[in-house]
Amino acid sequence: MSPISHGFRRRHAVPEGAADRVPPGQYVTDGFPVLSAGPTPHTPLADWTFSIRRGSATLKSWSWQEFQALPAEMVTVDIHCVTRWSKLDTEWRGVSVDTLLEQVEHDAAYVMAFSDGGYTTNLPLADVTGGKARVAFNYAGAPLEPEHGGPARLLVPHLYFWKSAKWVRGLELMDEDRPGFWETYGYNMYGDPWREQRYQGD
Amino acid sequence: MAGTAVPRRLTWEVATVTAVMPETPSVRTIALDAPSWPGHRAGQHLDVRLTADDGYTAERSYSIAAAADDPLAITVERLDDGEVSPYLTEDVHAGDQLEIRGPVGGYFAWETADGGPLLLVGGGSGIVPLRAILRQREHSGSDTPVKLLYSARTPADLIYRDELDVHHDGVEIIYTITREQPAGWTGYTRRVDGALLAETVWPAGKTPLAFVCGPTSFVETVAGGLVALGYEPGRVKTERFGGTGGR
Repeated sequence: MSPISHGFRRRHAVPEGAADRVPPGQYVTDGFPVLSAGPTPHTPLADWTFSIRRGSATLKSWSWQEFQALPAEMVTVDIHCVTRWSKLDTEWRGVSVDTLLEQVEHDAAYVMAFSDGGYTTNLPLADVTGGKARVAFNYAGAPLEPEHGGPARLLVPHLYFWKSAKWVRGLELMDEDRPGFWETYGYNMYGDPWREQRYQGD
Repeated sequence: MAGTAVPRRLTWEVATVTAVMPETPSVRTIALDAPSWPGHRAGQHLDVRLTADDGYTAERSYSIAAAADDPLAITVERLDDGEVSPYLTEDVHAGDQLEIRGPVGGYFAWETADGGPLLLVGGGSGIVPLRAILRQREHSGSDTPVKLLYSARTPADLIYRDELDVHHDGVEIIYTITREQPAGWTGYTRRVDGALLAETVWPAGKTPLAFVCGPTSFVETVAGGLVALGYEPGRVKTERFGGTGGR
């Protein structure tokens, strides 16, 4: 039985009509908070590549220019951060991960997204395919700001937002699941906001 | 960025507030008695869950203000548009109970073996986990040299001022305030920027270990500034908050 805090009350109203879009324990913000473990990397676009790797082999790699030539799509999605803010109707433009993975032969079951600065995060293949994930480079109609993960970040909106790796530079294909950066520090391996999978064991 | 933490299930436990200490007009330290607390490392945070009379619950994360061997405590700043922080800074009293779980995090944490020299840079209530690190160093008898650069709006907004003003060998405290220029003030009176960092922090050649905590724009400026001075990005650890109306 949880102790009652007399005098504590709800102050954040859920926006009208959005009750079924806000996962448990989240509140809606109009801002766009920034959370990251280290300095913001600034990789020049001339040096940027996006690679698909398996073990030590690079199966496919795109330069920024080549990446921009891939078919991109606009999406409007709700995003949910494990620190409990959610932001509704965010607009992104990016390349579907399906488009990228179509260009390699593989039978992997998991991927590890890897980023400038050494950040990694693990995801089941089924959660980055079937139209569920993108590599996004525009936000709200403008190039994605470095502090929000630009030039490009992974966008996997159905999972907590730490899975949407900022400054993403590629995907490593894996047979078995392995913890990424935050997952090593006790955060959940999967991170479903609707089941409040914030930490290990949730 | 290799991890060393041992993942384990985090469960909620009821903690009793043992004391509430005002730090500044908008900041309080809340000491907690939590019998099942598994222990923590300096710099980590914990989650607080409050339950209202009508059953509504809200959870937020707060930096732990205590070293590993201190009694557990959090320091909370009131945010006017917040939901949990107004209660914790105005309504909670000794003897009250609330739920906590943790510790959470583990990257933004320091133990004696992590060494230094340490550069701690705090903006506003970003001082909280840095204070835990300072206390950890002191309690463990570490001689790791430390510089703490601490920015606040006014002298009255400096949290833990009395504690920080006590001299400790090997610790240099550098204050800067950004909204006043009071008579007799001997610290800096400007915002932290690249020039102030260049003047005050360890040279990169000493391969310092930096912890930076504060509002997003502050952390962006400091972390970027340190990298520009030659700090190794992997040794600049950041914790950012603010602007969400959440806490």
